[in-house]
Amino acid sequence: MTDVLDFSASSLQMAIASGETTARRAVDATFDRMRDVGAGRDGLNILLYQDRHDALTRAVECDADASEQRTRPLNGVPVVVKDNIATSVMPTSCGSKILDGYVSPFAATAIRKLTDAGAIIVAKSNMDEFAMGSSTEHSAFGPAKNPLSHDRVPGGSSGGSAAAVAAGITRIALGSETGGSVRQPAAFCGVVGVKPTYGRVSRFGLVAFASSLDHIGVVGRTVDDAAIGLETISGHDPLDSTSAVEPVPSFRDAAHGGLTGIVIGKPKEYFPDDLDPRIRERCDAALDRLRSLGADVRDVSLPHTKLAIEVYYIIAPAEASSNLARFDGVRYGCRVEGDGLGAMYEATRSNGFGPEVTRRILLGTYVLSAGYYDAYYRKAQQVRGLIAHDFAKVFSSGVHLLFTPTTPTTAFPLGSKADPYEMYLSDIFTVTANLAGVPAMSIPIGRIDGLPVGGQFIASHFDERQMFVAAYALERALGAAALQ
Amino acid sequence: MSTANKWDDRFEMVVGLETHVHLKTATKIFCRCPTDFGARPNANTCPVCLALPGALPVLNDHAVELAIRTGLALGCEIETSSVFARKNYFYPDLPKGYQISQFDQPLAQRGSVEIGHRADGSPIAIRITRVHMEEDAGKSIHDRFPGASAVDLNRAGVPLVEIVSEPDIRGSDQAEAYVRVLRQILEYVAVSDVNMEEGSLRVDANISVRERGESKLGTRTEIKNMNSISGLVKALDVEFARQCSVIAAGGKIDQQTMLYDANTNEVRPARSKEGSHDYRYFPDPDLPPLIVPLERVDRIRSGMPELPQARRARYKRDHKDLTDYDIDVLTASAAMGDYFEQVARQSDDAKTSANWMLGEVFAALKSTGQSIEHFAVRPADLARLLNMVREGTVSHSAAKQIFGKMVSTGDRPETIAERDGLLKVSDDAALVKWIDDVFAEHPDEVERFLGGEKRLQGVLVGYVMKQSKGSADPKRVNQLLAGRVAT
Repeated sequence: MTDVLDFSASSLQMAIASGETTARRAVDATFDRMRDVGAGRDGLNILLYQDRHDALTRAVECDADASEQRTRPLNGVPVVVKDNIATSVMPTSCGSKILDGYVSPFAATAIRKLTDAGAIIVAKSNMDEFAMGSSTEHSAFGPAKNPLSHDRVPGGSSGGSAAAVAAGITRIALGSETGGSVRQPAAFCGVVGVKPTYGRVSRFGLVAFASSLDHIGVVGRTVDDAAIGLETISGHDPLDSTSAVEPVPSFRDAAHGGLTGIVIGKPKEYFPDDLDPRIRERCDAALDRLRSLGADVRDVSLPHTKLAIEVYYIIAPAEASSNLARFDGVRYGCRVEGDGLGAMYEATRSNGFGPEVTRRILLGTYVLSAGYYDAYYRKAQQVRGLIAHDFAKVFSSGVHLLFTPTTPTTAFPLGSKADPYEMYLSDIFTVTANLAGVPAMSIPIGRIDGLPVGGQFIASHFDERQMFVAAYALERALGAAALQ
Repeated sequence: MSTANKWDDRFEMVVGLETHVHLKTATKIFCRCPTDFGARPNANTCPVCLALPGALPVLNDHAVELAIRTGLALGCEIETSSVFARKNYFYPDLPKGYQISQFDQPLAQRGSVEIGHRADGSPIAIRITRVHMEEDAGKSIHDRFPGASAVDLNRAGVPLVEIVSEPDIRGSDQAEAYVRVLRQILEYVAVSDVNMEEGSLRVDANISVRERGESKLGTRTEIKNMNSISGLVKALDVEFARQCSVIAAGGKIDQQTMLYDANTNEVRPARSKEGSHDYRYFPDPDLPPLIVPLERVDRIRSGMPELPQARRARYKRDHKDLTDYDIDVLTASAAMGDYFEQVARQSDDAKTSANWMLGEVFAALKSTGQSIEHFAVRPADLARLLNMVREGTVSHSAAKQIFGKMVSTGDRPETIAERDGLLKVSDDAALVKWIDDVFAEHPDEVERFLGGEKRLQGVLVGYVMKQSKGSADPKRVNQLLAGRVAT
């Protein structure tokens, strides 16, 4: 019999439906795997909270002999969830001391959709505090380690979710993105990471970092795992005013699509002269495969790409400075008393927020201040419009998809990026999709010195399906080559 | 006014008012919590208005409807696209650490309201700069728990409109008139309860002074914390006098926020940091721009009720025998006017209806403390009573007694008249009995009357009416009395 952990998400659902295995067995195997790889805080530190008891309770429901249970698309499939997505079991602490132990009285819409589909939430994953970071080193609960190479980072901020999937704990994990926080760790951990179009997945229950850039995304072991996960959580939600009223096509159907006649743009700004030649080589090889599958590869340009990091680091901190004001010690989370109200605020927030969060709140407060707003925030929004226009222009010129490297490097050693700006540059190829709101995903396309390299597809608004067609096809074509 | 008087010849008061009005919605502006006043502290809260992590705002469309009505009632243009912005500041009764408001792109702009007339008959119009939507904050309670403050978030998220006037108001009497007119208009279009005591209407004032004849505006201060119209008037007069004396002494006015203390009738500078906030406004990324199609504005406009000014004009045109004073009183509120119109229509006698409104109805409302909306006497019943008088079924004095019973019991006038024997009696046998009784009790007057003193007939009719408790038909009594002289 197949090891239950070897099942893909959809084959596990079918195996449970047919009685070949049970949800209970899947949950047991998942928790055993967590233990075996040392996923907890005293090991790789990729999971912050686990609830075996609750998961087993759910598993019993999934195993119930009722067909309406068993036909649910993710019935009995274990899922790991990033610690900034509200679940009503286990805390939702955003990797922060200020919310240490906070349990949400409600679940995020994405979580409700997952559990309605039969998925079992097994753990909350480690992350950079409030999703601010690219390495999961900025967690108040200590850095997470890359399961493929323990002295390296798993990427971030959804490092725990990507690492959990890479470590074989679950096939699907939820992450979140503000500038690449699903795709970058997926690339570093050799798994699939997808960020949908802005508005495709409800943000209700995702603890806000920068509302206009925040997305819930999915990490999958394979393209198919990511597709079924994203399909499940997509759709309009009346609880999120920025949620789109757009029909959700089947992303899994994209497995049957072909690339003949599909035009794939290769934007020159994502292949700069100083790009690591080994990464360029893996990308070119992937593009060759895409060509051989019938795609037409074309050189294109997105001229405002070089401004993306600067724009991002004005808009994201500005929104964060406001979004994080609610953590004031008055209603929930930690409170540090002080002499008077002002002193209580200062003590609570100084003690509760780590240095990266503090840095961004200060930066965001500054750029929104009277006299600076026009020079920074307004200007940044204008440039953001130009970046979005770059995509619109290229996609209206007959290009269906873009292909780029996901990151400029492979997973870097823990503690190697002490300079915040250097850390910010690891999002240079991913942040544009958040600024423009277009969907993007990373899939493994090879390895360098044993470390995974991610290739990125970017599609136009609400055209995730096209992106999945290419990802399914490339994944199939690369086969074992993705591990070399 | 006494403190202000001595400066009036030299200085002019210039005022702009910012009026916050609670909109009468069942639920809050960004969540589905109820808005009712007086609930147990923090009973009307949810993850959204508590600002729990991950909660998001969803705009209440009924609040938009009422805000548009407000804008239209104040003669504003409604913007097709307006933007919600975050006003950032820390305070325990502001759960998110920002208030969702509208800043540089408000819902409605460029309106005007007429607040009265000058001596020469020309109207005094106050321009409205803007009307924008926002959410209310909660309440901080500092005097309940020793050594600690408490927060009640029932009010957090209650929808408000802020109505900002241009600095067109000259003097505290105009400020008072402006607030009264505003309140009347908002009551007419049914957008708010406009109750200053319950906090559903709050006014902040921007005030400056300048030498008469000067066209440039002086430096202004902002006064907050007025809980009543009389508080507003007093605060403006006190601050006017203060600013005048500073300028007269060669000093300069600091632009600052002042707080009015009703207990001491003083205006004091607020703690400096309350006046110098940098609110770091920016568009709220959780809410898309508010789009109001022209068709929606047209639909709301066509469903707008008549405004006070139009109603006054109509009464003036339709009821020539009503005085301006009558009309002002009858149009004080839409409910009052509606009541009057129903009575007038069903009794087909506007003047008598108005007399009853201004006399009996007002007195009864005052003595019972009822509002016209909940008045025990329904307009149709009052109209029937007036009809009974006209048809001669009851006398005028009996009608007043019947009305008194209607107020206390809510019963129909016919029922009361019959039960209490107040129907007009024109049966000669009963009348003769009463006349005989009166003749027996007042032999002197009767003798003089029978002896030719005709003017005593009225007195005797009065006695008979009294004897009959108002039910005798005075016309027939007169005839019978005249007959006795003839015999």
